[in-house]
Amino acid sequence: MKKKVWSGNVARRGLAAVCALAMTATMLTGCGKKKEDASEGSSAQGTAAQTSSQDSDEVFTVGIPQDLDSLDPHIAQSAGTREVLFNIFEGLVKPDEKGNMNPAIASSYKISEDATEYTFTIRENVLFHNGATVTADDVVASLQRYKDTGASIFETVDAIEKVDDSTVKVTLSKPNTEFLSYCTVAIMPKDTTDAETNPIGTGPYKFVSRTALENLVVEKFDEYWDVDNAAHIKNVVFKVEANPDNIVADLEGGSIDMYARITSDQADQLSDSFEIYEGEMNLVQALYVNNAVEPFDNELVRQALCYAIDPQEIMDFVSGGAGVEIGSAMFPSFDKYFDESLNDTYNQDVDKAKELLAQAGYPDGFTFTIKVPSNYTPHIDTAEVIVEQLEAIGVTAQIKKIEWNTWLEDVYNNKDYEATIVGFDASTLNASSLLYRYTSDAHNNMFNYSNADYDKAFATAQATVDEAEQIKYYKECEKILSQTAAAVYIQDLPSFVALNSKYTGYTFYPLYVQDIAKIKLAE
Amino acid sequence: MKLSMIKKFKDKKINSFLLWGLILTGIMLLIVVIGIFWTPYDPTKMSASEKLQGISLRHILGTDNKGRDIFSRVMYGSRITLGIACGTMVIGAGLGTILGAITGYFGGFLDEVFMRIVDAMLAFPSILLALVIVSLFDSGNIVVMVALGIAFIPSFARIVRSEVLRCRTMDYVENARIQGASDFRIIFRHIMPNITGVLWSSVLIGFNNAVLAEAGLSYLGIGSQPPYDSLGNMLSSAQQFMVKNPICVLGPGFAIVWMVLGFSFLGEGLRKKA
Amino acid sequence: MKYILKKASMMVLTLIAVSILVFLAFNLIPGDPATRILGTEATESQLQLLRQEMGLNDPIYVRYLRWIWNFIRGDLGESYSYGSVSALILDKIPITIWLAIMAFFLMFVISIPLGIFTARHEGGVIDKIVVVLDQVIMAIPPFFSGIIITLVFGLTLQLFVPGGFVSYKIDFWGFIGYLVFPAIAIALPKITMCVKLLRGSVIEEISKDYTRTAYSRGNTTRGVLYRHVLKNAMIPVITFMGMALADMVSGSIVIEQVFNIPGIGRMLLSSINNRDYPVVEAIIMGIAILVMVVNLIVDIIYRLVDPRIEAIND
Repeated sequence: MKKKVWSGNVARRGLAAVCALAMTATMLTGCGKKKEDASEGSSAQGTAAQTSSQDSDEVFTVGIPQDLDSLDPHIAQSAGTREVLFNIFEGLVKPDEKGNMNPAIASSYKISEDATEYTFTIRENVLFHNGATVTADDVVASLQRYKDTGASIFETVDAIEKVDDSTVKVTLSKPNTEFLSYCTVAIMPKDTTDAETNPIGTGPYKFVSRTALENLVVEKFDEYWDVDNAAHIKNVVFKVEANPDNIVADLEGGSIDMYARITSDQADQLSDSFEIYEGEMNLVQALYVNNAVEPFDNELVRQALCYAIDPQEIMDFVSGGAGVEIGSAMFPSFDKYFDESLNDTYNQDVDKAKELLAQAGYPDGFTFTIKVPSNYTPHIDTAEVIVEQLEAIGVTAQIKKIEWNTWLEDVYNNKDYEATIVGFDASTLNASSLLYRYTSDAHNNMFNYSNADYDKAFATAQATVDEAEQIKYYKECEKILSQTAAAVYIQDLPSFVALNSKYTGYTFYPLYVQDIAKIKLAE
Repeated sequence: MKLSMIKKFKDKKINSFLLWGLILTGIMLLIVVIGIFWTPYDPTKMSASEKLQGISLRHILGTDNKGRDIFSRVMYGSRITLGIACGTMVIGAGLGTILGAITGYFGGFLDEVFMRIVDAMLAFPSILLALVIVSLFDSGNIVVMVALGIAFIPSFARIVRSEVLRCRTMDYVENARIQGASDFRIIFRHIMPNITGVLWSSVLIGFNNAVLAEAGLSYLGIGSQPPYDSLGNMLSSAQQFMVKNPICVLGPGFAIVWMVLGFSFLGEGLRKKA
Repeated sequence: MKYILKKASMMVLTLIAVSILVFLAFNLIPGDPATRILGTEATESQLQLLRQEMGLNDPIYVRYLRWIWNFIRGDLGESYSYGSVSALILDKIPITIWLAIMAFFLMFVISIPLGIFTARHEGGVIDKIVVVLDQVIMAIPPFFSGIIITLVFGLTLQLFVPGGFVSYKIDFWGFIGYLVFPAIAIALPKITMCVKLLRGSVIEEISKDYTRTAYSRGNTTRGVLYRHVLKNAMIPVITFMGMALADMVSGSIVIEQVFNIPGIGRMLLSSINNRDYPVVEAIIMGIAILVMVVNLIVDIIYRLVDPRIEAIND
């Protein structure tokens, strides 16, 4: 059907797939989605879930901040969906909690000298949830299906070939040392047509049912190939918690056992029956300004804002002091790329800020609007603190809360904004997923940032095969961003996870992932 | 002294509903008016060291999760809620009255069409209509005010129209017409003064509905923008702290109740007096 | 009968007006659905193709007629994110309807006895307390009482589990059990208004001539009350209850948010947030139709209770 093809394009073109944003919201993915049987299907399956829950002990309920935008892993865009689907689907390789790429459906891989040919050996006896064995054909079909959606990270993929029954070769049109990190693309049976209503993967959990706006029910997959990392809890429900103000009450009341990314204030409200895990969200939170509109087209003005804003104070208000300061578009858990010294490019200095404003021709300050997605409290809180801080240099900032989809359309796609506060995450484990978007002609350069030195440094980094050399150029990129004040970089937000003390084992990942297989009953 | 005042009221045959309505509304209006010039603390001033405090002499309603004084914020939030409700009434009652009067007076085809539109709009509960308008345009205090105002037009138009229909055939209207008064003059100089009583009691009821609708919408996160929250906004964001800091929700919640109660007592009192 | 037909045809006329308003509202807003679906980087020819397929190039009246025709056939269109709108609504509507029915039931069984009781004991201690309490409760917005209920009955007394909603398909009685407290929150203001109305109306009827006459003929109080007074006193109450039922459906928009119930209200809000206009259109039309049907039923009941109206109208 024509529509089907479009829906793929939609997602990719409209939303610029290199990096889904680390925002908690559903995305609009297009008209072609076929989910009509979802409700009927779920009624029957819902009953099944109930019967099976009776013969095991417990149902583990995870609160998720919004409904899933799709169950098809090749189409799902929102970070909030991907982190859930992580439990159902796997790729050729799979990230672990340290950020390593471990072989998964591929038992091993080989990268050619010039980084244009990736050869994967398919692991034997990996089973799909429907009982079929994963073959090279499934892998080729899945990768091809993903490429056909128009995914930009697969743009350079020239050919996906089956070499023999257990080998698949991917050829790239130009060298890319980071391609392995893209190979987490979900592998599905080759004849998949209804991933939307009946998603079949190879992960530790298999799909049971889904009810729109309510929940996603999954069950432990007993024949999971990786016995050491198999799931502990049999029945898991991902429950949509549309109203974030209810989270504390719902946790305390017992209707959910776990919620990732609560605020520090919410964590303080919880009783002893909850374990709070603290980690980082792994995203670049900043006051992003539109570099093409007045007065932010003036570097001095942007620098003045950097001098006026104190990340530490923001952290104190927003998250009780937790969080890690950043000085450029890179977060600390990307150890090898992160440059801590950039945190000190600007330290709060109100006089200096005023001086720069005067130099730029705004001695009396100016007024602008910060558009903030309304569904994510830490960003709104940050905005409120920034408004206060900017007052000190005579700049009046007004907050405008907008819906996530409005944000996507107006700010992200149409670049119709002056300033905004969001966090960008890395959808894949490499630096370019954070830095590409600042290049002048990047389709997802929503900042309208344009700097010839930056473009050059980035291009050089991309073309470099030697890793140490490459890191050097990426750090050069970060430095340019910091010095030209492309945005007011603030922090990598802290992530607080509340887990009912009956359970244990929550594990943070450097990616946007909730690995439920690691959670088990506490002794 | 207060006792004597109450006595005085009683002498003037002011019933207890009216009395309490005047007291509640008076205190509320006083606080809101004072809030324009002075609040105990800057309602947007944050303080990391004073987060989520309980009731104390320093902060009589405690502080919120950003260390802001809740009482100051309630003063400010009440002003927004009250302002939107007033604006809603100006738009709703104003346009409703004009449209109702004109169509009721002239009748005919225009009247038929208008009444069908009014019926159609009355099929939408006001909060739903406002929600739709907000979803079509944008969020913000002005939009909410206009949206609720539009939602209130039909009920006022209907009331005024039926009153005008009733008055149109009365002698004094006939007399005025014979004397050559223009239609416009008849409507606004002769008929309108005779229906102000009906209009006023509708305005009081409508006012309360407007306060409740605004609170509901802002509870849903529609309308005012942080940090200048209205009461419903404050209530929804305080909900997560209610387990350990119930005052966070009780403060703004009771402010809404107070406001609505005052006006409904007034309305009840006026009705009884009449 | 003639009257009902007249009313029904009036309703159809109003319904057409409603549908035109809704259609225009969602089709005249800035923004092109094709762009929304394909994203801003789609080429003009792709956009044209999709517009053609979606029929967006047709004149507006053709689009309206097509839309309304599909609507009548039960095809409410395709949601941008959930497939068929009809299936989605059918799945969610029982939740909201049950919530409204339970709230209505509560209103009925509490306010009628209370209204009659207070009227019969006008001026008594209980009457006085009820009258004042009535005014106070009326002033509490449902979402605030919902929050208080969650705090007191959910978290402190642990009579229900906040957010512990179960689907009616899985555990019907668990589903009903969860709706009890939300229903109370919705019903509270309606109960108070209904008590006030019924009390006033009964008192008024008692003071009328015919009641006095009945008394003088030696009828017992109870007999008069139920045979004559109540019948007449119920007329304004029926109108109110009809309006209240419609109000309860729209009131559930907010209450569903407070109690985390995935019904029509939540769906409406999330569709508005996602700009999923086909869903929004369908829900709005649905609520409007419901309101009008309820009004029609009220009219009919009205006539059954009080035949005098017929004489006036015909």
